[in-house]
Amino acid sequence: MFLLSLQMADDALLLGHRNSEWTGHGPNLEQDIAISNIALDLIGQARNFYQYAAFQFNENRTAYEGLINSPAFQQVAENLDEDDLAYLRDANEFRNHLLVELNKGDWAFTITRQFFISLYQQHLYSDLQKSSDRQIAAIAEKSLKEVNYHVRWSGEWVIRLGDGTEESHRRMRSAIDQLWQYTGELFIPADYQEKAVQLGILVNPGTYRESWMAKVRAAFDQAGLVIPESGWTQKGGKQGIHTEHLGYLLAELQYLQRSYPGSSW
Amino acid sequence: MKTYITIQYYGDYGDRETAKESSGNLPSNRDWPLWEVFIRSKMGLDHKHVGSLHAADAQMAIENARDVYTRRQEGISIWVVESKNIHASNPDDSASFYDPADDKVYRHPTFYELPDELKAM
Repeated sequence: MFLLSLQMADDALLLGHRNSEWTGHGPNLEQDIAISNIALDLIGQARNFYQYAAFQFNENRTAYEGLINSPAFQQVAENLDEDDLAYLRDANEFRNHLLVELNKGDWAFTITRQFFISLYQQHLYSDLQKSSDRQIAAIAEKSLKEVNYHVRWSGEWVIRLGDGTEESHRRMRSAIDQLWQYTGELFIPADYQEKAVQLGILVNPGTYRESWMAKVRAAFDQAGLVIPESGWTQKGGKQGIHTEHLGYLLAELQYLQRSYPGSSW
Repeated sequence: MKTYITIQYYGDYGDRETAKESSGNLPSNRDWPLWEVFIRSKMGLDHKHVGSLHAADAQMAIENARDVYTRRQEGISIWVVESKNIHASNPDDSASFYDPADDKVYRHPTFYELPDELKAM
């Protein structure tokens, strides 16, 4: 279940990082703080999942050792901690959905992505609260309160921008056109997710699709936006196959630890 | 050999360029109205004025207030009032408004003799 925790941690960390890129650059002071708050919520969730992933790794090192081959990671001889997982893995060892690693784009792009992901996380964490894995259930319960607010906040903005000016509507449509192809991946379970389903830890994410779609449609109807018809789905993130955006993100995120190993402040 | 350099513009670059041009023409229409924020820190206490913020409507004002003013567990309830709806007294009136109270100390309930048993006053 190491990979399952890692997957959820990677999603939260990378989206948190992307949102944190708005800090100091938000459209106004209030939204600058709002998006930074969300970034902090997500990085907090990532920490919880990384800590649990590290615990599982340390418990059963021989089983998981082969999964991470980056040279920096190999040098960690003692027990792993959350930072090793965040800073010392290479891009192809990240298991996040492609959706979260894309550049932050304009405000409409950031909002639309947040809405898609937060709705997905809302379904995921609601189910995980009942998970047979007590630790995961506890993390999900704590995170769900935050995610409920993220859904509310981003949903409000989808409606405001979609139903706003001609310019905001145009930007929303362009964001949706760019992002839609990445949403399908949320509902296609990776092999480790399927295994978790069998163990009663996870509900198959494929089952969220209908309800997720209904909620997106409800918001889009109010916003005067349309769900694209295209059926093509980009995937591979959960298996470690990523877009070029991730490399640049990690270069920034990991630079300090890679250049000055073990440094702290 | 050719080298390609990608220049990345962050967030506010384009916004600033366009904002200048249009805000010159329509200064007031581009800005969201100002709202005053009141927070109740716990049950039984009054809502206290904590500051102000910009928002397009009441719903957004409450959400912004949540993000700006309750990040450190400051409150359990939020009121917002559009600043234009608040009417204030005029500082020029202060002589006629407040000075007459100066020599009327008897308006304070301090001239009663309290029984010793009464502690909580």
